[in-house]
Order: sequence, then C-alpha cells, then structure tokens
Amino acid sequence: MATVKEPNPQFTDLIIKSGGKTLNLCYQCGTCTASCPSGRQTAFRTRKLIRKAQLGLKEDILPFDDLWMCTTCYTCVERCPRQVDITDIIMILRNFAVKEGYMADTHKKTASSMMNTGHTIPLTDDYKGMRKKLGLSEQPPTVLGDAKALEDWKKIMKITGFDKIIGGK
Amino acid sequence: MTDKYALFLGCIAPLRYPGIEKATREVFKALDVDLVDLEGAGCCPAPGVIRSFDQTTWLALAARNLALAEKKGLDIITICNGCFGSLFDAAHILHEDPAKVKEVNKILKEVGLEYNGGKIKVRHFADVLHKDIGIEKIKSKVVNPLQYKVAVHYGCHFAKPSKIKQLDDPERPSILDELVEAVGPKSVNYRDKMMCCGAGGGLRTRANDIAMKMTEEKLANVKKAGAQFIIDVCPFCHLQYDRTQKDVPGYDIPVIHMAQLYGLAFGLPKEHMGLEAHVVPVKL
Repeated sequence: MATVKEPNPQFTDLIIKSGGKTLNLCYQCGTCTASCPSGRQTAFRTRKLIRKAQLGLKEDILPFDDLWMCTTCYTCVERCPRQVDITDIIMILRNFAVKEGYMADTHKKTASSMMNTGHTIPLTDDYKGMRKKLGLSEQPPTVLGDAKALEDWKKIMKITGFDKIIGGK
Repeated sequence: MTDKYALFLGCIAPLRYPGIEKATREVFKALDVDLVDLEGAGCCPAPGVIRSFDQTTWLALAARNLALAEKKGLDIITICNGCFGSLFDAAHILHEDPAKVKEVNKILKEVGLEYNGGKIKVRHFADVLHKDIGIEKIKSKVVNPLQYKVAVHYGCHFAKPSKIKQLDDPERPSILDELVEAVGPKSVNYRDKMMCCGAGGGLRTRANDIAMKMTEEKLANVKKAGAQFIIDVCPFCHLQYDRTQKDVPGYDIPVIHMAQLYGLAFGLPKEHMGLEAHVVPVKL
C-alpha cells in the first residue's frame, strides 16, 4: 500500500513568511530540473524539492544532502515560467536545516573561519610572501590585522547568535 | 562618471590569487580611476555558504560592508562575482524592505555604524569597464594585444538574477566577450558557456567530487572549442578551474582573471600579475 504523507501547512507558511512568497506559484512544470547543472551529476531534482516545500514536508527536506547540491547558479530562476524565487527558497530551507543541526563539518569550518578572522579562508605565510613580493601589504587592508574592525565583526555575530547557530542544536 | 571607487577585496583574491588584486589596482590606475581601500571590510559574506547558513547574519555583515562604503560616500567596486552577488542582493533587499533596514541598523548601532541606503551603488568591475570607461578608452591603452583564442566564463552572479541585476542578457550576454576582444583575444563560443563552474552554493566545500564533475564538463567543452585560455571575472570560479585541473587528468588550460588579462595587454609588468600563484602555468 502506498504511504501518503501528511502535508504540514505550518512549515509551508514559515517558508513563505521567511521570504519565499512565490513558493505556491510553482505549477510543477519541471523547467528547473531540466535546467539544473547539478541535477546532471546528482539525484537532486529541483522540481521535487519545491513540491516538498509546498507541502511543508520538513522531514523529507532538511536532513538530506539534496538540499545542498544547488550551486545557486540561478539558471532555474531565469527560466521559471512562474517566476518562483527558487534559489532564495533553497537558501531559506538551508537556514532551517542549519537551525535543526544539519550542517556539514566542512561548512562549519568555513563558517568559523569567517566568524573568527573575517574571511572564509586563512591567510598563510606563503600567500603573505606572495603579497609582499607583489608590493601589496602583507595583510590585506580588511578585517585581517585590524583589531577594532575584527572586534566589531565578531560583535555583530554575537548579536545574531551565529556561533550558536553553526554549533548546531 | 565616477572616477573613484571603494575597492572591495573579498577573500579569494587577496588570500589566494593576490595577483588579481595587484592587477586590478594597476589596471584602474592606468585608466585614470582611483580605487580607495575599504579598510576594515570583511567577507561579503559569501552567498552560497554564509547566506545559506543564516540570512540574518549574512544581511547584517553585508550591511556593515555597505555602511563602510556609505561612510566614505563611494560606490563599491567588486572583483568577484560572489562579492558582487552578495553585496548587490543585500543592498537590493534593504532597498525593498524598510523593516529589514531597521533590523540591521539596530545591530550596526552596536558597532557605531548606520546604513541608510540609496546613496551608493554596488558595481562589478567589468560593468564599470564596459559602461563607464568604455571600449574606446580601453582599446587606446592596449600595447600588447594578446591574440589568443579564449573561452570567456561569465559565472553565475555577474548577470543573474537578471530581474534585479539588469546588466546583460542572462542567457546570451555579450559584455565580457566585448571586453575581452577589446584587448586582443578572440572569444570562442563553446557548449554550455553559461553553465556554472561547479564551485558555488557551498558545493566545493561540501562535495568537491560533484563540483569537480561540473568543472570537468566545462573544461571538456572549452578544450573542444580549441580555447587556449579561460578568462573569468571571479576569483572563486578562477580557483575552481585552476585547481581542479590538478586532479583531473588531461587538461592544462591556463586560467586568467580579466584584470590580469588587462594588465598584460596594457603592458604592465608581467611579474605584477602574480601568475606564479596559478596551479596551471600561464605561458604567454
């Protein structure tokens, strides 16, 4: 016997309220799936993800890798005949996944680097040397090496609770 | 025309391919445009990762970067599609939603900043070259026309989402091809030219095997078209193409950021283009 999944309208509403106001415009034509460069390489099917989001099937969305296969290339958004903000909706769903503790360790590393240094990647001695050789400042004139700027940077994330968010539940 | 911009560096250019930063500074100097450092700016923050993790944090940090430029009264110029996408989108969201401006300003107040919006623009350097400086002036600076066959990679966040960017046709753009051909090379057509490099959306960080499959698809098409170089306008696409070729056998197509291409064509010192940071050697 086929299993029928119960829709969860509360979750659908939450997606819509979080910026996904075009979610229910989707009429499941599949142009997104056909346009998706990631879908060529993976089992990720954009149309299915959007359908699940319309039905609010939270448990079918948040724990799964598929949600993270989108490269945010916007090709589907450009071609969508209903002008659904597909990429934005995917990012909203990812925010919920992270809040529920579904976050890859490699992503946690990127997030911590961004939080602690101001950049997603570290500045190593090799690249410091290369910068110097080019006549650039050893450290770029960014948050790096600017104590006050870094303090402000971290303060913002203290207010938004980013450290707790990336720490999982 | 504005002849002064706040240079937004981002992460990959200054920290992995500093030649792109150096080339940008020198090329714009040669074009009589003043690039001022945006001291204390941070990550844009990256749209595919940080925005995917927490939109509130993403918007607040982007607003801080925007506020720093607003304080200087200067438009931001970016040398990366990711930074451009992030800062442009953030400025757009804040422009459309006064409640969000209030929300971010409540946070920014704690660090002595405020973002009002509407005063400064977020620009991509290629758009500035094309629209503000113009092909004619660019052509007048060329002393070393690089007559190679090249594959132009637009990347995703340059013209898309076109609804808000309104820079060029998202499926059949021409700006970058025109800019490349203005300094000598011939831009060849190739299959799936507008396809993503594979790195975005946190895919490189999370599942690089899949990202690399996408990159390999692009590389195969570039090779088939007989292109001698890949020209990009985004250090992240640049890194993805350059580093993937180390792990995927059969390719040695050098990757050059448009600022570096311009530096070479303008006859600026080759050693200032930082080409030794590239994994695939750039032989000219």
